[in-house]
This record gives sequence, C-alpha cells and structure tokens, in this order.
Amino acid sequence: MRIIVLIKQVPEMDRVKFDSEKGVIDRKSAGVEINPFDLNALETAVQIKEQVGGEIIALSMGPPRAEKTLREAVARGADRGILLSDGKFAGADTRATSFTLARAIEKAAPFDLVIAGEMTVDGDTAQVGPQTAEYLDIPHVAYVTDLEEASDSSLTVTCNIWEGSYRKRMHLPGLITVTKDINFPRLPELKNKMKSREVEICRWDFSTFSDNLSPEQTGLKGSPTQVKKITIPPPIERKGQVFSPEETDEALAAIEKICREKRVSGGQS
Amino acid sequence: MTQQEYNGIMVIAEQKDGKVHPVAFELLGKARKLVEKKPQGVMGLVLGPETLDAKNLIEGGADRVFHVTSEIFNLPDELIYKENILPIIREIKPAIVLIGATTFGRSLAPRIAAALDTGLTADCTDLQIDDDGKLVQIRPAFTENILAHIKTKTYPQMATIRYREFSRPDLDPERKGEIILREPSVTSQNRVEILEEVTRQKTNIAEAEIVVAGGRGLKNAPDFITLQELADLLGGTVGATRDVVDAGFISKAHQVGYSGHRVKPLLYIACGISGAPQHKAGMKESETIIAINTDPSAPIFSIADIGIVGDWAEVIPRLLEKLKQ
Repeated sequence: MRIIVLIKQVPEMDRVKFDSEKGVIDRKSAGVEINPFDLNALETAVQIKEQVGGEIIALSMGPPRAEKTLREAVARGADRGILLSDGKFAGADTRATSFTLARAIEKAAPFDLVIAGEMTVDGDTAQVGPQTAEYLDIPHVAYVTDLEEASDSSLTVTCNIWEGSYRKRMHLPGLITVTKDINFPRLPELKNKMKSREVEICRWDFSTFSDNLSPEQTGLKGSPTQVKKITIPPPIERKGQVFSPEETDEALAAIEKICREKRVSGGQS
Repeated sequence: MTQQEYNGIMVIAEQKDGKVHPVAFELLGKARKLVEKKPQGVMGLVLGPETLDAKNLIEGGADRVFHVTSEIFNLPDELIYKENILPIIREIKPAIVLIGATTFGRSLAPRIAAALDTGLTADCTDLQIDDDGKLVQIRPAFTENILAHIKTKTYPQMATIRYREFSRPDLDPERKGEIILREPSVTSQNRVEILEEVTRQKTNIAEAEIVVAGGRGLKNAPDFITLQELADLLGGTVGATRDVVDAGFISKAHQVGYSGHRVKPLLYIACGISGAPQHKAGMKESETIIAINTDPSAPIFSIADIGIVGDWAEVIPRLLEKLKQ
C-alpha cells in the first residue's frame, strides 16, 4: 500500500499572540508545529503500514522552513517527504491548495490512499481533504473516528457524520480525513529520529509541474476566494458582576432567578 | 463565467429521515434579507424521500424548490448527493449557493465546489451583499480573534454557514411558490459502501438551550452527576472542557470549545472552568454566562454576566436545593 499523508506546518495556536489593534497575528510570538490533526493522520498511516506493508510519503506545501515539519513526519514513521515550495504557490486558498496538492499527488503516483487531518488549526476549513479528493476524482470519507480494517483494495472505517456515526467501506484509491479520536499518535522512535536527520526531503517547485499546472491555477492567482477586509469582532457586553466568597448567598439568589427565567419547558419542575 | 448569467440564491437543505435540518430555514430567512439589497429569486434544493414536505421550504422563504426524490438520500453518500446536485446547479446557474456547515455539509460542499471549480468559504457566521451585488462571506479566523470578509471571483459564490447564526423565520403558510420534483440522475456508485448507521447522536449539545459545563475543577467522573442533575432540572445538557474529556470523565460528544462543539445557548453555567481561549471560543456567544470558580483571577470571569468566586461543589448543590423548592 502506498500512502500519502498531507501535512501542514502551522503556528502554535495555543501560544500565538494576537494584535487586536492591528488586527493581525503576531507570527513571531510563537513557534511553528505540525498541525495537530496531521499527527493522527500520520499515526493512521503507520498503523495501516504495520498491517499490510507499504510506503508512507509525507506531502506538504509551504515555505522552505516547512522542511523541518517533514523531517518530524519521518521521525514519526513516514518513509520520505516531499515539500512543494515556490513563491507561485503562496497565498493559496483552499481551492488553489487542493488543486496543487492533487497535481503533486498525481506526480507522486502510484498511490492507494491519501490521509489528511480533519482540518488545520490555522485555517479551520476542513475543505482541503474533500476538495483534493474531487480534483483527483477519487472517493473520500470525512471525519473518520475508527479504522476497522485495511487491505490493499479497501478500507473499512467508522466516521462521525450526519448526526450519527456510520461504518463505511471505501474501495481504493481513496482519501480519508481523520479526527483526533482515531488514535493516540506515538512518539518518534530513536531509529526514525536518526533517519529523519539524514533523509533527503524532495523539494518540488513550480517548474516541476510544467506539464500539469499553469500559473493561473495555483497560489494567489488560482484562488477564487480573497480576503477583502479583516475586522475585530465587537466585544460582547457582559454585566460582569462578580460575587466574592462572602457574598455567596446573594450570588445564589441572583443565579436562582436567572435559572428560573431561562428554564426550558420540558425540564423537570 | 459572467455575473449576468448567474442569478438567484440557492439554499441546499440537508435532511435526514425526511426531516429538514433547521439551519436550512435560517439560511432561507437570511437569503430573503439578502435579496432586499439585490432583487433575485430564492431557491431551495432538497434531496430526500418523496414523503418529505418540501412545501415547508416555500413557507420558510423559497420562491422555488427543487426536490430530488429518492430513498437513496437517506444515507450520507457524498458522491451520490454530488452527482445529483451538479446538474441542477449547472442548469439553474444560481449566483450564490449556501449550505449549512454541518458535518455532512462540510464534507459535501467542497466536492461540489471543486467539481464546479469555484471558490468555497467555510463556516461563515454572517453574509452581506456588497454595493457591486457580490456576496461578502464573513467568517471567524485564528481562534475567533478576527473576522475575515471574503469575496469570491468565480460563480457560483459558495459558502457553508454555521447553524444558529441567523434567526429562524416563522413559517408563512400563505406563502406561494413552486415545487419542482426531479428524478435522481444517479442512484448508485461503487466506490464507497455505507454499511450501517452505528449510533445516532443522543446529545446534540450544539442545539441545547441550557448548558451546564464542567472543567478542571471537577475531580472525577461522578462529579458530572451533580451537573447532570442541574441540567435535567433546567431542561439542558451537560458540557465539558477538553481537559476533562481527555481525562475520560465524559465523552467527546459533550466537549465545548475550539476543538469540540460551538454552543450558543440561552444560559451557560461554567463550573470549575478557568476559561482558556480554546474553551471560550466555543461558548462566548452564549446569551447569559454564569461562572463559578475558586480562582478570582480566572479568565472566565471576564466574559461572565455573573461570576461567583467559590467552589462549584458547594454552590451547585445549594442551587439545586433552592430550585427544587
């Protein structure tokens, strides 16, 4: 089985500071890390490889420094990494990203399975997985929470969708997006850590795609959606009354009143 | 693709077991407001069994409803849905296509957008029509710190929109419109088999009117029994922070926050929750917030209507006692 795992380097969202006056993210305020959901995607790939054998390719699009993230992917079980890096790829929305990734996956072919995290923490769209599948004309299953069975020709999974959970069997080639519930990503093994330092990360720039990608199809030019303006959400006005421990009786009276007002009919009386 | 060729707003209404998801009505209501600025038709598109009452979509604001009738749409099969939606969009050429940002909507919409090779904006919280008649799609970004205003160059302009951002219009039984029944053009595919529905979501926290939530101030799983008791009494649902879900106190279905569910209830009671940005992102739009925490400097107090510095384990039982009287 040949598996391609989509990886994105993202800012550390827990630490990144936000300049609410300028309305911009202070990217220098935090480091970068591998998109947390991508760790689950990678772990899924490693588990499938352990069962049926094969090769895992980590694929990322980003600036040259994203090479570090692909080395981390190798440390965590990928066999090799491909980085799509070119100024022409920059400024891409989900359409241009998916289109470019699809062309890269075709170049890395043959492949049986593409695995992505359910979303990235900086983009938060959850669109790139299904969009990439469509541009590759392969099926997808989104929000996968459990991997039941993997074979060279199909994958049986459970996914959280449509206000329930469904078991689906996808015939390969295909793409899945995985949630955090699917597994606990393991820590890098020592032998893989050593390998990750030495492995060559392939760099593909725009010229690599001279036969299947035009400049109008990628990066900012290939992005039909564009951010026209950034605004700061208005602060929500709150009464902001705080009761000290000595005022618990008053506090209880106040919240009892609110509870009685808001109680939903159907609640026990 | 030129703007002139494309006209009207199409709402793709999700249904399950013949019941239309409420977000579809919210979108029809919003579409009616958008056409005040740029007059054009409002259309509904629903794929579902013949028994589904598409007239509701007219009463909710659609001028025309396309109803593709088949039992096959009782399964969440993105490929079959896509194959049946594409010919209608290509024929009708709506300028705007809106889809609820449910899990299924967020899995289906990207496939449709990519097949049409048009842009798609995810998870919007507001929509406007600009002076040039184009759709402005507004969505929170970077842990909800900013709002990005996005426009789409291609047609149709497509967006998924969060549930509960717009008010649900009252259905008007007098409203007239046309229901156009269509036969499905594709009823099978051989690439993904849907084997069974394993479980149906029992707690739909996103729809709860009242949420009683617990965080790190809870010591163990049984602590949630007290919160559940209050939730039951008020007709609400129990919520939780990521910490206590990760600790195994309660299932992920209850998780509120950036990586869990976003909730917008009438009342949110935060017990032993410090108020990390990740959690606040999922609940800060609640109508009223009550926070109980032993730490007077807990950030949750900055967004609470009423804060109580104290131990939830003392306050909540006393509240229960009062409410039961």
